[in-house]
Amino acid sequence: MNAKMLEIKEASFEKHGEQASEKKALKASSERLTERKLSFQTVSLEEVNRLYTQADVARLDVDLDLSFPGQFPYTRGIHATGYRGKLWTMRQFAGFGTPEQTNARFKYLLREGQTGLSVAYDLPALMGYDADSPLSEGEVGKCGVAVSSLADMEALFEGIPLEDVTVSQTINAPASVFLAMYLIVAEKQGADWKKISGTLQNDILKEYIAQKEWIYPIRSAMKLVVDTFEFCTKHVPRYNPVSVSGYHIREAGATALQELAFTLRDGIEYVEWGVRAGLDIERFVPRISFFFNAHNDFFEEIAKYRAARRIWARVMRDHFGAKNERTMQLRFHTQTAGVSLTVQQPINNIVRVAIQALAGVLGGTQSLHTDAYDEALALPTDKAALIALRTQQIIAEETGVANTVDPLGGSYFIEALTQKMEDGARAYFDRIDAMGGMVEAVEKGFPQREIQESAYQYQKALERGDQTIVGVNKYAMEDQPQEVPILIIDESVRSHQIERLEQTKARRDSGAVLKALDGLRKVAERGKNTMPMTMEAVRAYATLGEICSALRDVYGVYEEPAI
Amino acid sequence: MPLLPNGKYFRECEMNRGMIRVLVAKPGLDGHDRGAKVIARALRDAGMEVIYTGLRQTPEMIAAAALQEDVDAVGVSILSGAHNTLCPRIVSLLREQGMNDCLVVLGGIVPQEDIPKLKEQGVAEIFLPGTSTQEIVRFLRENVRPRE
Repeated sequence: MNAKMLEIKEASFEKHGEQASEKKALKASSERLTERKLSFQTVSLEEVNRLYTQADVARLDVDLDLSFPGQFPYTRGIHATGYRGKLWTMRQFAGFGTPEQTNARFKYLLREGQTGLSVAYDLPALMGYDADSPLSEGEVGKCGVAVSSLADMEALFEGIPLEDVTVSQTINAPASVFLAMYLIVAEKQGADWKKISGTLQNDILKEYIAQKEWIYPIRSAMKLVVDTFEFCTKHVPRYNPVSVSGYHIREAGATALQELAFTLRDGIEYVEWGVRAGLDIERFVPRISFFFNAHNDFFEEIAKYRAARRIWARVMRDHFGAKNERTMQLRFHTQTAGVSLTVQQPINNIVRVAIQALAGVLGGTQSLHTDAYDEALALPTDKAALIALRTQQIIAEETGVANTVDPLGGSYFIEALTQKMEDGARAYFDRIDAMGGMVEAVEKGFPQREIQESAYQYQKALERGDQTIVGVNKYAMEDQPQEVPILIIDESVRSHQIERLEQTKARRDSGAVLKALDGLRKVAERGKNTMPMTMEAVRAYATLGEICSALRDVYGVYEEPAI
Repeated sequence: MPLLPNGKYFRECEMNRGMIRVLVAKPGLDGHDRGAKVIARALRDAGMEVIYTGLRQTPEMIAAAALQEDVDAVGVSILSGAHNTLCPRIVSLLREQGMNDCLVVLGGIVPQEDIPKLKEQGVAEIFLPGTSTQEIVRFLRENVRPRE
């Protein structure tokens, strides 16, 4: 180690308040302690120290900040027994081609021990277009399952009892329509709405921030979200009408801290809108769930989940005055980072996914999706999807990590990182509050710009070689053939879907459809809850495209500001 | 032109024939624009002039923007699997309006078996995940036709 490096190290000791004995030990053996690089950074480009000691957790109050699992502020988990009581739900996100094809995949996954379902819809569905729209050309069934009306939804859940299986639906801008379709399918199966559990993603804020599958202007879209809160609180009390999602924010390039901060601030925004609509926080907030990413930097991710629980509990109690502990408990789903998967040497992705999934589990996730190794190439094949599920089963049943609650609690490193996450998130909250709230911040393009900047800085770090991706910028192999078979969705899916759409339209009572769509426009204009009329339209087999276009007539469409 | 040391040679070259102008385009319904935006910024940092179309542009809108902005290249970003439908249409619309030298490059999730056909249909290069931005900069510098 040269003199300059040693100097830098000493300065950093001062900065991090290292203990004198530590410093002395390093000095004495500086010859042997030469380090590989000048600075060590997480995948979020955050500096980490060589060693964490008691000095790094000097502010930590064990009773107030950690407490016990199942106790406020839930840093160590929301259940006293952790996974000893109930394992996390193994919920693999799946959907491709026709509803029949996806139905077969669902049944396959359930047969192989999966414990919950999660539906991926295709891009036309996410944008509120039917399969026969010219805009849907080339996209039907490609990124998820194609659904244009209740008839498709009936085929999708054929033979799957919705009272027993919890289903998560990844749908946002047209989420209220999908909630209606889901509830009507359940009703036709004879299920009791009061017993139905499941989750609607319905997180429109992160669409404007990151994933960008929007339809209506932001404030009208927020109103639709509040409509579903109100409806579910009354009629489907065990259903989660929103899954506040950091996943897409992270995939768009955010750091772990930005993912945490923007997601929780989005959650706070939904609570504020619900309160303003006259809803009781003790009734609707317990049904708000969260969804986080599990990226490569193991400890940073674990700290993120722990900080998320602590911040949410404190905000709910101290800011919103929550009394009920379920209102303060943050429950979340985790998905491993799709963005971290590589096309090069794709089998390596199995290893990445296993480590990311382990971080989610050590962070106390309630449910987990493990990506399939071929997802940087296409939607997963049956074989790839099965290995992903088996990865979870190995973690759950072979490694022993599910035997002890929050096994990393009390680690100097983990606690220091958790504290840093909490401090950083609160600093972001202050900036967003100063703008007037999250809706205003999004309108100003603030989170969007922050994420873009991080994405670019990460790309530069990668190209400098400061960050490594095995098989891509290090240990790359020339002329490697694509080693794995992939799932191809052919164009016949669209004609199949258009055919069913035409049959549906021919069979239905078109007078009833027109009446329901008219009624929907009217309630939307008057600012009334849109759910009952949406249900009526869906019941009459009005298509997704027709319902969304009725709402477009009233609300208009969102135009992204230049950012 | 005198042969100058590395970087300088390129800059001189570009100065002589003007900056490379690139349209970064995002067709289809997909909203994942991380890649498009990172590339747009990297090309700008490399001294090119970049116009970004924004999301959900039809091939017709992209071709019209390319003509209006008089670009040397169109960089198309597609992650949804709709490339076989969208890319050939963009190429043929550009050619129809006489932009014969306008380079079309594609970045995104594209299966290997689709690549030969896309190239046959006039896509100059396909950049898969993991490509460095420098590689794309180099490709454009080497392949954009110098203007008269």
